[in-house]
Amino acid sequence: MKSLEGRVWTFGDNIDTDAIVPGQYLDAPIDEAVKHVLESVNPNFAREVEEGDIIVAGRNFGCGSSRENAPAAIKELGISCIVAESFGRIFFRNAIAIGLPLLNCSGISEKFSEGEQALVRLSEAQVENKSRELTIDAVPLSEEMLNILNKGGMLALLKEIQGKN
Amino acid sequence: MKEGDYAAMTTAERVLARASGRDKVEPGEYVTAEIHKCMCHEGLAAVYFNLSTAGIQEVWDPERVIVVLDHWVPAPTVRAATVHQLVRTAVEQYGIKHFYKERGGISHQVMMEKGHALPDELIVGTDSHTCTYGALGAAACGIGITDMTYAMATGKLWFMVPETIRFVLQGEMAHFLTSKDVILKIAGDYSAEIAQYKSVEFTGTAAKRMSLDSRMTMSNMSVEIGAKFGFFEVDEKAIAYLKQKTGKVFEPITFSEDAQPSEIYEIDLSELEPQVALPHSVDNVKPVSQLERIEIQQVILGSCTNGRLEDLQLAARLIKGKKVHPGVRLLVIPASWDIYRKAMEEGTLSVLLDAGALILNSSCGPCFGSHMGLLAPGERCISSTNRNFRGRMGSDQAEVYLGSPATVIASAINGFITDPRKIGGNE
Repeated sequence: MKSLEGRVWTFGDNIDTDAIVPGQYLDAPIDEAVKHVLESVNPNFAREVEEGDIIVAGRNFGCGSSRENAPAAIKELGISCIVAESFGRIFFRNAIAIGLPLLNCSGISEKFSEGEQALVRLSEAQVENKSRELTIDAVPLSEEMLNILNKGGMLALLKEIQGKN
Repeated sequence: MKEGDYAAMTTAERVLARASGRDKVEPGEYVTAEIHKCMCHEGLAAVYFNLSTAGIQEVWDPERVIVVLDHWVPAPTVRAATVHQLVRTAVEQYGIKHFYKERGGISHQVMMEKGHALPDELIVGTDSHTCTYGALGAAACGIGITDMTYAMATGKLWFMVPETIRFVLQGEMAHFLTSKDVILKIAGDYSAEIAQYKSVEFTGTAAKRMSLDSRMTMSNMSVEIGAKFGFFEVDEKAIAYLKQKTGKVFEPITFSEDAQPSEIYEIDLSELEPQVALPHSVDNVKPVSQLERIEIQQVILGSCTNGRLEDLQLAARLIKGKKVHPGVRLLVIPASWDIYRKAMEEGTLSVLLDAGALILNSSCGPCFGSHMGLLAPGERCISSTNRNFRGRMGSDQAEVYLGSPATVIASAINGFITDPRKIGGNE
């Protein structure tokens, strides 16, 4: 899997799914929902995020609801990868399922400031801070997860299985 | 395969080993497991869209898919009505037998009381509180729409075998203390991440004493401490419940003494006080006795966490002969229509109505901030629901506090967050 390089947005601990996509926009079309992503935490994020940017976050990112809109809206905004100290379990699954790369990486939140440049090597589970020239090891993704991400998500995998039948 | 092969496993290991056709699994391993049941709420509309996009016209087993409308019931917007319309189309096309429409209640309660959640089954649902079914020994967890699309098409899904942590609950709780206080205490003491990626087993004399309603509250909130599953043992109480709901007799299941949980916590509940989670996280917990006077404008008694008959009865005992404070609106939302009917027939709803409650139809209601009963900027609510994230129940300038059914009702009477033991009631 290719490396991902981008400008970093930092977030703290326990960023929940209601902060990512508030309940009142749950039944809204994705192009409307994305305008409100993380607005209660950082009102500038949804406006200023650019294609390829990377999120670096603290513990328990995406805790809470099973709403897939949360990772989907982040992906829709152009975020290429999320690296966090840890993730809410269902958020993690959902991100893999929709083909949004993410890595568990202990100590990462102290190694990045907002606006620094990150390089993420998914297959090697390594995160480099290009601005500080330091590299941190993350928890490797399983082969199955890398396979799903490589295909672009579970739906692509499903279509492939269907094609073979 | 011999039954003995599973004797030294945790509940999560046993269910995932069986479901993936393995005689042994280790925590951290990935397996592809066969799913027993899929539960979908309004999420089925998006699953239907995904399946159609993938060119798939049927689900792997329409007998094993249970569909309940609960998040936007009845539909408050044209968008929600259109989602419901898509769900009905999907149900018809796939030939799904178990469709409860608007007349079931909250999906998790319906799954339990209609006998769809059974011991040792592997169940996935499009809602994070699917873990509720662990109260009956089912390995049940929430997943998203895309995972559900895959599960409904193939009957299979990948899982990581989780580590298990065990909470041994001992001691007798004081009057007006409930299992909600226990799970809030656990979140407060051990954090909202103590069970991240893990399976939880609740045991001990206090767990065995709990009613099924009380156990469901704790299994339900296991996800709030990060857990994948939240199990209780299948004892005589669970077997009686299952017999009543399914007509079948189930075998008891005790947690293996030879299994190796990664952590075991012993908790004495005899000194436990009523607990409240303060804004804006479930693990920001304090005993009510340590709170300043916190005035509230709204009180919610309901949800898949605490909208069961036992909860409504406790509330009615506390508020009988008293009134809801004039500065407060009390919204009562029974977790299912069966509960609604029972509470109506036995007079519990009348007591609440006489005291000044608004009785709403059985649904998720305002819990997730998208339907009725939302909060304005600056308002405060104490709720028997499961999450108090910023913006969860309306304005992101509002505050949500979480408490037990007893604590929220005592607070509704006084107009500020109140220790239910000070109200006393008729016990």
